[in-house]
Formats: sequence, structure tokens, C-alpha cells
Amino acid sequence: MATDPSTISPFEVRDCALITLSTGIKVQNLKEFRDALEKIPLASIGHHFWGRLLRPQFDEPEYNNDFASWAYHGLHDKPLAERLSMTLPTDFASLEELRQELVDTIEQRLDESELIPWARTGQLFYFLHSQIVVFDTGLRFDEPVDLVAYLPSLSTGSIYYHFIDARSRTEQRCDDFSAWLGGFGDRYQGLRERLCGFDPYFSSLEEIRVHVAGLFQAFFEEQS
Amino acid sequence: MALPQNDQNQDFLTQYAQVTGTSVMQHLEQLAAPLKGAKVVHVNSTREGGGVAEILQKLIPFKKALGIDASWEVINGSSAFYDCTKGFHNALQGLNVVIPEALLKAYEETNARCAEQLHSILEQADFVFIHDPQPAALLAHFPQRRGKWIWRCHIDASHPFRPVWKYLRPKLAGYDASIFSLPEFAQPLPHPQYIIAPSIDPLSDKNRDLPAAEIDAVFSRFGLDPERPMVLQVSRYDRFKDPVGVIQAFRLAAKLTPLQLVLAGGEASDDPEGLAVLQEVQQAASDHPDIHVLLLPPDAHRTINALQRAADIVIQKSIREGFGLTVAEGMWKGKPVIGGDTGGIRLQVFNHYTGFLVRTPEGAALRIRYLLHRTQLRRQIGERARQFVMDNFLITRHLREYLTLMVGLQGGYQERVVAG
Repeated sequence: MATDPSTISPFEVRDCALITLSTGIKVQNLKEFRDALEKIPLASIGHHFWGRLLRPQFDEPEYNNDFASWAYHGLHDKPLAERLSMTLPTDFASLEELRQELVDTIEQRLDESELIPWARTGQLFYFLHSQIVVFDTGLRFDEPVDLVAYLPSLSTGSIYYHFIDARSRTEQRCDDFSAWLGGFGDRYQGLRERLCGFDPYFSSLEEIRVHVAGLFQAFFEEQS
Repeated sequence: MALPQNDQNQDFLTQYAQVTGTSVMQHLEQLAAPLKGAKVVHVNSTREGGGVAEILQKLIPFKKALGIDASWEVINGSSAFYDCTKGFHNALQGLNVVIPEALLKAYEETNARCAEQLHSILEQADFVFIHDPQPAALLAHFPQRRGKWIWRCHIDASHPFRPVWKYLRPKLAGYDASIFSLPEFAQPLPHPQYIIAPSIDPLSDKNRDLPAAEIDAVFSRFGLDPERPMVLQVSRYDRFKDPVGVIQAFRLAAKLTPLQLVLAGGEASDDPEGLAVLQEVQQAASDHPDIHVLLLPPDAHRTINALQRAADIVIQKSIREGFGLTVAEGMWKGKPVIGGDTGGIRLQVFNHYTGFLVRTPEGAALRIRYLLHRTQLRRQIGERARQFVMDNFLITRHLREYLTLMVGLQGGYQERVVAG
């Protein structure tokens, strides 16, 4: 069904800044890890899936969340690292369900293990969480095509807010751009599918920006 | 004629935009908007020398340029006070240090006296940042304080000597928040603990671009051989920086490759042990003509800049390190860094990407030899190192996190704060 574009609110560009906090909880072996996962604040679980985007890092992310990365680099448990890396937050309705899945995965690994995997003193896992400050840039876009020129210069904070943070806020568990495009009915369905089909887990915020800008540009070039 | 204040502020921000890009500055201006006019006071114990003073020298004008009423106060004490706080410093970094009662008394009296002197400024401030243990006991003298008080720990406090930590902990527990450079450094305290890495200022005399002639001049000025590769460690004469270990590494490497070593250090006015360590270093270097031990004044920023740019390899072989600003400084000048595998150096040096982490003088010697024999690789590592600092360790990122923290604290510890 066609939607009257005049009734759709403009896209409001927001920006955000994040800061990392310690939870004060650290663990050295897999059993401690499981116990800690059961009690840490839910925000910490979200942080360890996306916090790497905020941290200085150089190596290519071999595993796409901190839990999987520690399972490999700290515990040297490759099967666990592989299983944890395929645990996707968007597959779960809530962080609480995600927590339970993580705990189950670790329980299974503990059942399989003769010895409890442990890490050296310098390789402890530190549970962190983050605080996000969101602010309005004042920028508004009425038409999706208007975003094409602007997206390449979008700040990384805005990318985080609209493309990563949105996954926990939007009904489709995707990004703010596709949620807004949905208001136009089927007109931008192709672009929405491409946006939702992008796997951001191995990309930096700068790479996500380039990719999103490219999807918009390609879509509107095809339309013209 | 001086520019009006608004123009000065804009000029200041424009200079940084030329390094970091305008979007970074716009981001900071928007983030700072809810803090316009807020009174923010930083307190530490030295205005010159050491990384904390260097950071504050630029952080304060930056905050002012963004419309925040920022200021910086320094507390001073007797030699007993500095002996005590040096003991705290060593103990927080893990040394077993017994601090005599008389020194603790001097510490508490100094804080009480300074609290009286700074009373009106600190009591009315919206945010007070207390840097390191030296002024940490001020808090107890401000029961009527209006704003949020934050303790900023610049030290690797991952394994503190427990008796000293037990003494300090009650003095720190009353703060509204604390800041550590790495998650590993955070200690259990009953308030939010933020993680913020330090930074360097790309436009300071220590880090700005220099004319080639000024870089070349350091060779004749310090009797260095311009034809021979130079390895440089810049740091205070402090045992945790392991300058004697650097000399050992140099001796091992110099047996196999032509080389010269420069150890360049200054004195921090709050470090009573510096002279003794300098004498140990001079003794260790005394029989080798290619080891140059320099004692530079606290304002020798351009000289240090020129030395870092003249060096082939920068070394920072610390055995404990809060962050290691000299690592970021060397990387910013496109140099590979050989760093001690400890503390904040691990945040900056990645093996084969930005340099090498080492644990022994032998390890440092091995990496010196490796890098000196691979000119192309040395340049590639240096280029990556500079970009890594650009992305992660400039003062603009540091300031963004301070602003986020303050807006966050205004929002009352909520996980999500909507500003404006």
C-alpha cells in the first residue's frame, strides 16, 4: 500500500558518545566465567558484543565478540570460541535470553571438558559495560535520496547510534535507516533488504559508514 | 592586538580541526553544549614534568575553548610530603613500601592546608578531577561540596601493595567516580569506575612538526653521530622505566650492529628519587662512548620532539607503566616502538604492527637488531603507528571521553543519557 510521504517524519540524525566502565568483575577460568555471566549486568553482555568498535585494536577481529575472543586467546579453547562467535544478539528477543544462551553454551563446554580451561594471570577476562550519551545534531532529511550526499561524512558516533545501537531499539532488530525507509511502504524495499542484509560484525565504524553510503548511492543510481 | 575571546576559541578549535578533521571538532562542540559554563577544576601536584602535567596543559584550554569554565590547581608540600606520595606511587605499582607514620602525617597535613587554600574554588565547582594519590585526601575536607568529585588514577594500580591500598582506599571511596587507564588497573571501589586512556597533543611543542634543520641540530648539540642508527628512550629517571635495562639491551645489540643510545630524561618536581636513579644510570653508562645520558630541563619539549624525530627506534622498556605517553609520542612521529610488555604500553604496541613488546633486555636487543636490519619494514611499522595514534590517542579522543563522563554523571549514572 502506498504511503503518503508528507505524513512521514524526517530522518533525525543523532550522534552519540560512549564511555567504558569497569564492572569490577574479572575471571580466570571457564567456571568462573559461567558464574560471572549469570550475575553481571545485562549492559555488560551488550558491551562485549559491540564494545570492540570503541576500543583501540589493530589485529583483524578473528572472533566477533569479546567472549569468543577470550575463549580463544585466553583459554585457548577453539571449539568454545567458534560456538560463542556464532551467538548473534539479534537472534534473541532480549539480552536476558542472550545471557541464557551464553551460559548454556559454556555449560555444554564444561560438560565436555575433562579439565576446566583456565587463563594465565595476564589474560584474565574483565567484564566491562558502557554508558552512552545521545545528542541531536539538529540535521533532518525529508527524502531518502538526500542522505546520499551526507552519509560519507556521517560521524562514527552517528554510525554507531543509527546502525549498531539501533539493533537493540528497533522492532526489526536492524538499523534506523531501514526502519525509517519502511515508513515509505514498498518504495525502498530493495534498499531496506540490502541494509538489513549487511553483516557488521567484522567491520570498523568507518568501514560500516563506507558500506552504508555505498548501498544508498548504488540504490539511487539504479533508480535514476 | 589580542583577538576577542570567542575568536581565540574558534582559532584554537580550527587548529585542531586541521589535524583531526572538522567532524571530530563538531562532535566535541555538540557534546560540550550541555556543559557550557560548568565550573570544572583539575587538581594535581606538579605544573611541569611528567605526563599528567602535560595532559592538563592542553586539556584545560581545550575545555575553555568549548565554553567550559575549566581551571587547574596545583598543591605543594614539603619534601616529606613528596617522599610519602612517591611511596604511594611505588606501592600502587606493586612495590612493598612501608611508609612511616611521620610521612603519612605530612601527607594529611598538606592536604588539609591545601583544602583550606582551595576551599572556595573546590566547594563551588561542578566537577573536580583529583589526579593521582597526592591530592586524594582533599575530599574529606569538603563535606558541603556542590559538584561531582572524580579521582583520576594515572598509575598501573593492578597489583597494589595491600597495606598502602588499605590506607588510601577509605580516602577514595567517597568520590563520585574514578577513572583508570585500563580495565586491569581498576580496583574495587563503591562508585562507577570509568576507563579512559591518556593522550598526546599533536600541536604541542613536544609533538608538532619541526623543520628538518631543527631535527638535524640535535646531532651536533649532543655529540651524536648522524651516520649511526640511534635508539632513544625518553623518560624520567625512574626504576620502573628500567633505564639500566635499556643500557643492557644496547650493549647486547651494539656487539652486533653499529648503534648509539640516547637516554633523555627530565626531573619531575614531585619525584624525590630521580637524582639517585640518574646517578645509577650514569654509572652504568660511564664506560661506553655511544651511550648518551641527557638530563633535560622540564621545558625542553622541542628538544625531545627533535630527538624522537631523529631516532630510528624509540624504546620504552618500562617494567610498570600507567600508559606511557612517550610511546604514543614516538609512534606519532612514525617510529616503531619497542616497549615493555606491561600496562598501557600493551594498549599501544602490537607486535609487528606498531612495534614490539618485550620482557627482558635480551628481548629488546633482539628487536633492535631485527628492526635495524629491515629499513622498509621499519618505515611501514612507523606509518601504521602514526595512524594508530591518530585514531586512538590524540587529545580530542581523551577530551571526548571526559565530556561524555561529565554529561553522563550529570545524567545520574544512567546507562543511556539523552543530552540537550
